[in-house]
Amino acid sequence: MSDAALAIADLNAVSDRDGEAILRGVSLTVERGETRGLVGESGAGKSTIGKAILGILPRAVRVTSGEVLFEGQDLLKAPAALRRRLIGERIALIPQDPMTALNPGRRIEGQLTDGLRLWRDLSAGAAREAALKLLDEVQIRDPERVLRSFPHELSGGMRQRVLIAAAFALEPKLIVADEPTTALDVTVQKQILRLIRAMQSAHGTSVLFVTHDLGVVAQICDRVTLLFGGRVVEEGRTADLLQAPRHPYTRALLEACPRYDQPCAGLRPIPEQIIATLRAEIAA
Amino acid sequence: MSGDLLVARDIEVVFGGRGHWLGRTREPVKALHGVTVRIGRGETVGIVGESGSGKTTLGRALLRLIDVAGGSIAFAGRDITQLSEAEMRPLRRRMQLIFQDPMASLNPRRVIRRIVAEPMLFHGVAKDEADAEAKARAIFARFSLPLACLDRYPHELSGGQRQRVGIARVALLAPDFVLADEIVSGLDVSTQAQALNLLKDLSRDLGLSMAFISHDLSVIRAVCDRVYVLRSGRVVEEGACEDIFAAPKHEYTRALMDAIPLPRIDRDWLRRTAADVAA
Amino acid sequence: MAEATAGAAPVLLSRRPSHTLRACLREPKVVAGGCFILFLLVLALGASWIAPKDPLEQDILLGATPPFWLPGAEPGHWLGTDDLGRDALSRVIYGSRVALTVAFVAASLAAALGATLGLVAGWYRGAIDATISRLVEIWMAFPPVLLSILLVAVVGAGVGSVIAAIAIIDWTRFCRVVRAETINQASADYVTAARAMGFSQGRILLREIFPNVLPVLIALVSLEMGIAVIVEAILSFVGLSVSSDTPTWGGMIAQGRQLLHQGWWILAAPLAMLFLTVLAFNLLGEGLRRALDPVMRR
Repeated sequence: MSDAALAIADLNAVSDRDGEAILRGVSLTVERGETRGLVGESGAGKSTIGKAILGILPRAVRVTSGEVLFEGQDLLKAPAALRRRLIGERIALIPQDPMTALNPGRRIEGQLTDGLRLWRDLSAGAAREAALKLLDEVQIRDPERVLRSFPHELSGGMRQRVLIAAAFALEPKLIVADEPTTALDVTVQKQILRLIRAMQSAHGTSVLFVTHDLGVVAQICDRVTLLFGGRVVEEGRTADLLQAPRHPYTRALLEACPRYDQPCAGLRPIPEQIIATLRAEIAA
Repeated sequence: MSGDLLVARDIEVVFGGRGHWLGRTREPVKALHGVTVRIGRGETVGIVGESGSGKTTLGRALLRLIDVAGGSIAFAGRDITQLSEAEMRPLRRRMQLIFQDPMASLNPRRVIRRIVAEPMLFHGVAKDEADAEAKARAIFARFSLPLACLDRYPHELSGGQRQRVGIARVALLAPDFVLADEIVSGLDVSTQAQALNLLKDLSRDLGLSMAFISHDLSVIRAVCDRVYVLRSGRVVEEGACEDIFAAPKHEYTRALMDAIPLPRIDRDWLRRTAADVAA
Repeated sequence: MAEATAGAAPVLLSRRPSHTLRACLREPKVVAGGCFILFLLVLALGASWIAPKDPLEQDILLGATPPFWLPGAEPGHWLGTDDLGRDALSRVIYGSRVALTVAFVAASLAAALGATLGLVAGWYRGAIDATISRLVEIWMAFPPVLLSILLVAVVGAGVGSVIAAIAIIDWTRFCRVVRAETINQASADYVTAARAMGFSQGRILLREIFPNVLPVLIALVSLEMGIAVIVEAILSFVGLSVSSDTPTWGGMIAQGRQLLHQGWWILAAPLAMLFLTVLAFNLLGEGLRRALDPVMRR
């Protein structure tokens, strides 16, 4: 327990707008060096968890109870300065949309070295050296040119590589990847997934991988937590969850996924009875 | 008559190139380089490709929503390549379009009732308002859409409901051909299955021909009879779904297929590169 | 069955008009701005009954008396008098007539002209767009004050030429915004959907695009009304508007400026009205923009 990179315990959150519960007693841990999948359909609360960790919840969402333990500190209760340091330096985000996550008006160099200069007090030259090394590590062929570029001059895949480089710049202990490949073409998605995996192994980083795609989970996550309506439905090793799902919802979700290797798959909607049962359980 | 409802031969589409007062002339970009597609009566054809492959452009060109620079398009045996907007109008009812983003394709300022009824009245599918109302209610019941939706604005509906409204609006016109452009990307798998089933039933009941544009081979596999694989404005492979999925011939098709992560444990998947797949 | 029909009955009633009105009334800016404009409208229309005195009646013996709360105030002249002894309150009330006439007529004319050209340019693009856009660019390069002075000099002073000057100068503002918004809306899928449905161009423009451009237009009209009030005041101030017999806020401010040493209130009353009116129009415009957007309304 103590060697977990991140431990979330009994996290509850509500929407201030309608008082609706968004997270209902979610607990999960991310062990050191593992990739933990956080999966669910829209409205399941998966990105709320990611945002709660990073302290970037929208104003209308309020955490009512629970804790987010990171390096022995409860991120929800830590003093602002400490939290800023922990989150800014030790936790990084790989965002969903590489098109909007970079500031369109600044060159890549500035955006990539922001963290290094703020937390490492590097000089401009040293930060630039570090940035070049990072870009090389994420397999960008012409790092000098990319540093000089504005975001719109790069392809979506390149931008996502830059964001991954930025995420690893400070050697964080934990990376929250929020649907990092959803906006990408499948062939690019594969390259990016491979890159995240390689970077993670090389740096020994823990990753919380938020996604809606069970296929992506199958390929990159060691363990996985499946959410529905702000509650954990099932969790366990990825192989177990995929091959021997215990909960009927997990099974139904897997059967609803279209897959090219099975012609008839993908046309079986989740039985309403399962959804109704889940809703009833949640309401109780 | 042959079995083909829509035949596009060697179509080319070029964007840009027009000058601007005191502006730079932009280089014309060729989006389609001679693409040939045929869609049989009652057939569902998949068009798959990544971004920049020209699949959406091809769809718009098939419906004559953008002009082609070369090639020909025939619908129900009639050459429609050069028809004017007015000449196309009577044909519009018969060739319809369902969109990727139902939020964007439904006018945000109109109540669902108007969105659904006006095309029927315009094309004379419904005699009057009352008839349109009755038809709308019937299809809403069939699509398990609450009747209260008729009085809502698009943004007040859930994503799945919006997509069904988009399909209902088109189905009400009883078209012969429907182009479905990425209609399930962005939907949850559970809602996606619902929409795909709806579309499949519809094409069977109405004997529809359908072109199904998607970036996702898994979705194509679930609904299509035949598939065209597009890359950079060219068809690289075509054929019956069973054949292509069993033994893709072109290396790009193989790479595209392999790149899709399936919800099964495959220890080699991440390590396998496009080059490995091609070999 | 009976239950189903009973439940379905209210669905038939379109709730659109009342819905829109309610959405507007929920917006505090609309209520605040609208109430003041309404109040002003009542003042302007009922000026002859509401104003306590004849705004033109002079009384040299009562020149420059202060408002009622200051010593030396003359009973009956609530806001005091000007140097000619004319009642300031009555003049401010009558002044709202010119201000509102100019605001409504000039802004509507400018909007009608600009929006039509903007819609046409944004929808048809190509040569039509190029022509209209060039016209706008050239037009905007003309100094507006010079243009209005020239116009008033040629046509002669009066409310009509003030209105014409504002409309002729400010239509470009509408044209640019409406054109941009039309281009923006035209690229939306619902427009492609309408084209795929076979609707004619004119119909798509008027029934699909225009309603989506309308909120921006309405907001802009409201802002333009505020601008028109100020422009009218400026032209009155420099004596290019209506004859000095008719009370206008601009004219009163000009007069008050000269009499600043005799009493600040002569300047203050029309200035306050001008300020509040422009503020009200701006609030109304901003509020309407928010209220009329069905997506922002939630």
